[in-house]
Amino acid sequence: MSAVIAGHDEHHGHGPEKGILRWIVTTNHKDIGTLYLVTALAMFFVGGAMALVIRAELFEPGLQFVEPQFFNSMVTMHALVMVFGAVMPAFVGLANWMIPVMIGAPDMALPRMNNMSFWMLVAGLLLISSTLFMEGGAPAAGWTFYPPLVLQTGNALPFAVFAVHLLGISSIMGAINIIATIFNMRAPAMTLMKMPLFVWTWMITAFLLIAIMPVFAGAVTMLLTDRFFDTSFFDAAGGGDPVLYQHIFWFFGHPEVYVMILPTFGVASTIIPVFARKPLFGYTSMVFATATIAFLSFIVWSHHMFTVGMPISGELYFMYATMLIAIPTGVKVFNWTATMWKGAMTFETPMLFAIAFVVLFTMGGFTGLMMAIAPTDFQYHDTYFIVAHFHYTLVPASIFILMAATYFWLPKWTGHMYDEKLGKLHFWLSAVSVNILFFPQHFLGLAGMPRRIPDYAVQFADWNMISSIGAFIFGFSQLLFLYIVIKTIRGGTGERVTSEVWEDARKHGLEWTLPSPLPYHTFSTPPTKIPTEHLGGH
Amino acid sequence: MTRLPEKKNRSLVIKLAAIAVGMFGFGYALVPLYDVFCQVTGINGKTDTVAAANLDYEVNKDREVTVEFITSLNKMAPMEFAAETKKLRVHPGEFHTVNFYAKNKTDKTLVAQAIPSITPGPAAEFFKKTECFCFSQQTFKPRESKTMPVRFVVNPDLPDRYKTITLSYTFFDITDKPKT
Repeated sequence: MSAVIAGHDEHHGHGPEKGILRWIVTTNHKDIGTLYLVTALAMFFVGGAMALVIRAELFEPGLQFVEPQFFNSMVTMHALVMVFGAVMPAFVGLANWMIPVMIGAPDMALPRMNNMSFWMLVAGLLLISSTLFMEGGAPAAGWTFYPPLVLQTGNALPFAVFAVHLLGISSIMGAINIIATIFNMRAPAMTLMKMPLFVWTWMITAFLLIAIMPVFAGAVTMLLTDRFFDTSFFDAAGGGDPVLYQHIFWFFGHPEVYVMILPTFGVASTIIPVFARKPLFGYTSMVFATATIAFLSFIVWSHHMFTVGMPISGELYFMYATMLIAIPTGVKVFNWTATMWKGAMTFETPMLFAIAFVVLFTMGGFTGLMMAIAPTDFQYHDTYFIVAHFHYTLVPASIFILMAATYFWLPKWTGHMYDEKLGKLHFWLSAVSVNILFFPQHFLGLAGMPRRIPDYAVQFADWNMISSIGAFIFGFSQLLFLYIVIKTIRGGTGERVTSEVWEDARKHGLEWTLPSPLPYHTFSTPPTKIPTEHLGGH
Repeated sequence: MTRLPEKKNRSLVIKLAAIAVGMFGFGYALVPLYDVFCQVTGINGKTDTVAAANLDYEVNKDREVTVEFITSLNKMAPMEFAAETKKLRVHPGEFHTVNFYAKNKTDKTLVAQAIPSITPGPAAEFFKKTECFCFSQQTFKPRESKTMPVRFVVNPDLPDRYKTITLSYTFFDITDKPKT
């Protein structure tokens, strides 16, 4: 065995390749993680700029800056860029960095495929972005691509469809890689029920991705053949039905939104115990709640389409099934709160973002429950209320947790400490402005303002103006985040961080037993002792 | 790399990739499943696309149902299209005929297909048509106008809670589509 290990070390003795080629041909999970995170951050600013175009146009009633067609393109592209370019790749980046070190593996199970999924993501993002410059403009039918509207897209339609295919294949390969890593690469001492929750939630997310991305790929392929090859999947003239598209789309779409929130739960469950200085409350129930939420996500899709004219029995079924999701989600919120209960809490930036996540995600969840009630949903449907709802579950939830994760692990990755004062400033600017941005949209929606419109009636003017002001504060605050991250990478405060970074973090996860910055190759020999604090044990 | 369980990886990847391929197929399988589901439950307001035959209902003189007729054109098909009667009160079991008027506004031959839909959806199975221009494609010569009858009967078994049935027709211009 020792001979094997010696040969193994020799093979791995070198560091990263020199120059730009390091990033193109790398199969190292940390390099690929960095690539994913940098791409996600770049796309976050691209998608954010699109959101600011939207909010600038909506600052006042009337048409100010952009044509309605371009406005609708911005709505669609903002959503696609944020979902497929920012949030999903950011979590894949975290998975690449953290899953191998969290389970005591030397790398991902399939390093070459890992490189390939990243570059396919880039190809897909370039393809979807290129549609902005095409005749007829970028797709402008919402991120949902409903026919028959989406079939009126100009030259961009086939490019958008192929971009979805590329992004889908990239996600599926990434998901397969993550499952293979978790199943086959764990340190022998790391049994399934000892895995950190971030690993658990990502494993469940990966299964969701494998199950749903192909369905979406199929749906957009049907759009493509309806448009160019005279099939009639969604064309009533040929015996098809546009409502069928909505069913297929939301069979993908509902689990898809959980793809963006389940890893969020995992990171929150990792961060909160460290700063509460207590074991995580209810580890097993967290695992089962995540699995339950994932299962339920497959059987509730029609709550997105209560107004299509479903029979009452269908409305009732989807209403009650949707409400069931509140139970496992409530278990989670309870567990996070109970973890903090009587803890010796400190409020460093990651913890602040994590606490804001618990509070604001719960609000987003509550508005979700309101819309689960089929008869009241008829009022909320396609208004700004739904816009407020899902932005609360995505921005102060997924995005905040991505910020928290960055502040939490960046010192581990770089070996440098970020500027705590600036971090706190970034947090307070973001937390206040995100509420100025999205809270008024609840009122707009209840008052009847439809989503996806470039102009609106004058009675909506005040809240729109406030929302736009919040949007600009929030948007520009993120430049501070960019500054903090760059500064930390270049040396931060100059303070050398310990291997633990955070007090007693060693008890909470394997990554904190390794030196900071994390060496290029880690766990060439598997660890034998597994920390137990995240399991709720002692 | 000797520690890597290459064989285990290979079989796992094959299994997971098979799931992905299977789910792609499942997306397509939803198309016929959806049609069957709608047919069995009759929930999306689709009516029969062939003429009903051998209908012999007992007329229920004690009950009246309002039948409304709506017409529309898809994607601004270059036609005129209207029902000559907008609304009719009928006894279940009684046969009625309503005329629809359609005109080709172009100087070219136009092929069109009318798609019917019934609201509320569950009433669709109780609404029977013995004659309808929607059973086949309609060809219009340049500037031609047609008056087309629809003969229908409401099945007396229609549950009492349905007082009004709305029949909607949409004409689709399918001149450029291949004929099937």
